[in-house]
Amino acid sequence: MSYRIGIDVGGTNTDAVIVDKENRVVAKIKVATTEDVTTGILNALDGVLKESDVDVAEIKYAMLGTTHCTNAIVERKNLAKVGIIRIGKPATLSIKPLISWPEDLVNAIGGYMHIIAGGHEYDGRELSKLNEDEVRKALRDLKEKGVEALAISAVFSPVNNEHEMRVAEIAREILGDIPITLSHEIGSIGLLERENAAVINAAVVKVAKTAIKSFENALKEKGVEAKLYITQNDGTLMSAEYALKYPVLTIASGPANSLRGAAFLSGLKDGIVVDIGGTTTDIGVLVNGFPRESSVAVEIGDVRTNFRMPDLVSIGLGGGSLVKFENGVKVGPESVGYRLEKEALVFGGDKLTATDIAVYLKRVELGDPSRLRNLNDKLVEKASERMKTMVEEAIDRMKTSPDPVPVILVGGGSILLPGNLKGASKVIKPKNFEVANAIGAAIAQVSGEIDKVFSLEERGREEVLREAKEIAVEEAIKAGADPNTVEIVDVDEIPLAYLPGNAIRIRAKAAGYLKIL
Amino acid sequence: MRSLDKEAIENLSVGAAILGTGGGGDPYIGKLTAIQALEEGYEINIVDVKDVPKDALVIPSAGMGTPTVIVEKLPRGTEIINAFRALGEYLGKEVFATMPIEAGGLNSTFPLAVGAKMGIPIVDADGMGRAFPELQMTTFHINGVPVTPMALADERDNIVLLNTCDNYWAEWIARDITIRFGGTAWIALYPMTGKELRKAAIPGTLTLAERLGEAVREAREKKENPIDAVLNASKGFELFKGKVVDVERRTTGGFARGVVKIEGFGEYSDNILEVHIQNENLVAIKNGDVLASVPDLITILDLETAVPITTESVKYGQRCFVIGIPCSEMWRTERGLEVAGPKYFGYNVEYKPIEKIMGEV
Repeated sequence: MSYRIGIDVGGTNTDAVIVDKENRVVAKIKVATTEDVTTGILNALDGVLKESDVDVAEIKYAMLGTTHCTNAIVERKNLAKVGIIRIGKPATLSIKPLISWPEDLVNAIGGYMHIIAGGHEYDGRELSKLNEDEVRKALRDLKEKGVEALAISAVFSPVNNEHEMRVAEIAREILGDIPITLSHEIGSIGLLERENAAVINAAVVKVAKTAIKSFENALKEKGVEAKLYITQNDGTLMSAEYALKYPVLTIASGPANSLRGAAFLSGLKDGIVVDIGGTTTDIGVLVNGFPRESSVAVEIGDVRTNFRMPDLVSIGLGGGSLVKFENGVKVGPESVGYRLEKEALVFGGDKLTATDIAVYLKRVELGDPSRLRNLNDKLVEKASERMKTMVEEAIDRMKTSPDPVPVILVGGGSILLPGNLKGASKVIKPKNFEVANAIGAAIAQVSGEIDKVFSLEERGREEVLREAKEIAVEEAIKAGADPNTVEIVDVDEIPLAYLPGNAIRIRAKAAGYLKIL
Repeated sequence: MRSLDKEAIENLSVGAAILGTGGGGDPYIGKLTAIQALEEGYEINIVDVKDVPKDALVIPSAGMGTPTVIVEKLPRGTEIINAFRALGEYLGKEVFATMPIEAGGLNSTFPLAVGAKMGIPIVDADGMGRAFPELQMTTFHINGVPVTPMALADERDNIVLLNTCDNYWAEWIARDITIRFGGTAWIALYPMTGKELRKAAIPGTLTLAERLGEAVREAREKKENPIDAVLNASKGFELFKGKVVDVERRTTGGFARGVVKIEGFGEYSDNILEVHIQNENLVAIKNGDVLASVPDLITILDLETAVPITTESVKYGQRCFVIGIPCSEMWRTERGLEVAGPKYFGYNVEYKPIEKIMGEV
């Protein structure tokens, strides 16, 4: 028998599960998320191993969804000094890299940059020639400045990546083995947003490395010789090596894991997933079994970026949300978070929380209900109605039409909600809902992706599409997917507006299950 | 004359997005060029129309082309300056000031850095009072100011001087040059004297944009209702409040057209507002009655944040409020309505000033 461990870090709790070959949950645990994140992960690993009687030697895979990178950016901690090369001169000089960044974040990453000649036009022509002497000079300067990582962006690199690739080659010679991020591998059209994403990625490689290393060491200590995978924000897995190259893709992987877990637990491929944690609720949409992606620029740590992110709304509602009766009723965004089991009324504390309301309404049995005798039906009804409306409005925001859709409730805070919601065709609270995120990590597939601009001058649309799909499938297999299970899960065509020459941007993604060892 | 600081520029760009009436592109890029100019030590000075000498030469400046390219191939910053020099030399006169051709959207903020780097002021005025998709949809045009001679430049120091028989030809030829340049051109156009400026420009629109942005920001900071702030600053009317329940898009006759359906709430319960869109929001119809139509401004804003919702980003489920702002009187003339009235955009609607309609409701 072979087993897999899935661990997912949330804002309040870190959850872990062990699943068997048939994806059955054999052990699960929830521990408090710690400030350094890593300790919480190790506690969860420890806990879930103790919970089960599985022979550690039989654990073949470990999947980790972590918030290390997100936290590093938000807290401006442990970020690498990043050198930035933008290829686009003479264009682009009127807006330098990082100009829209918050000052403390610029200080945290150093902000050393050069804008050099090169780049392309929308139709793939050269904007200007790459001047290798200039490239070397810029790189040597960055080396002197002591940069620990490099981000390279070029005008229209999603159309033609030659210049980014060439500069990366030269950078290897001059800067040696430091992390190098190429913008075309991360973001799409929109130079500033793509460049920002590349810089952020370069800045968090160091953090990701430490996080992955400590997890690997912990596994080894426990005698677990599993292959390590990291979950990314489209709900699929990347190898640890890949994650070290594109750590930025771990941002928002938690909600993506919940979405995938919800799909697995409910057996539904399409629907809305409401993941209620200790402090916040994330609402996302499942399309063909995967998270729907956001179509607008996403801010990370107050920086505009355009790389792939799940489309989510977050509201300040969770099991620990404070309930106050001032001018009507207020639930959240203030929360007791992980201190719920000390501070909530039913647990002997003195704070009225959303969980207390759920206990009063007998939606769940927890703690000591007699401590709620000061509440009355009317107040509780008001608070319950408020929580329900908060979620219903958020669900409605995520819909694309007024038609009712299935709603899947997951996360520890699911107990807050009743069995019916406006706008839902049905409300499903699957078994093991409270650890759906860790399950999502444990059962995740591996994927391969392509995002490229194709010219339709010489080839037809069908042919170009077929090529894109083939590349996506190959990438998935390369990443470790069982070829028999790989399928195309998403294809997106974006004609480039207002431009002659018939260029089309195609994004295709394939995913499949890991080859079972 | 007064100078703009970083905060004023931020405000102006928020307001310009509101005046963009759902289109016109994001003022973000232009804002950043202005902020960089400030950081490099340049000054951004704004001058009132009345302070521009009658015989002085004013040349508006703008970016032209597809937004997709503008957000990727950012300007070098010298393009418009080259275009300016070429046009100034051709006209044999010194340029006194520049100004935006449109107060809404992308082009509202580009002239700031241009003026700063050339050491000339930016006139507190524009030729639309909002955003429109074509070069000749300006109050300059309806008051007889020709688009040409105009100059177009790119980042490689290519400069094209253009003289055309009329403003429609200017739009047409300029589009082709833009493609050769790689999708964007930076242009100096509609050269005019201070005297012509007084007659043909809409005064005070940069200040209006700034006030709008300031009002929204203050309302957000004080957690007050942004709707009232926007309405006060713009002398506008609240048209509707509700939730987007349908967005229908189709392409007919080369026009991307659509209808946004909004279901009312609160005092608007049981009412439906339809906003007809192309690049911009053009006609607002409540229960079959026209509430506002182009050239008056119609803007859809997020109910909580007052961030404008563009015609590209509007989608089901958004909670919004819709406002109407009176356009310049120049647009309400026979000539003005011919160039940018509802009929020009293909709607069989008789234009009526929004103040009149709202007075009757």
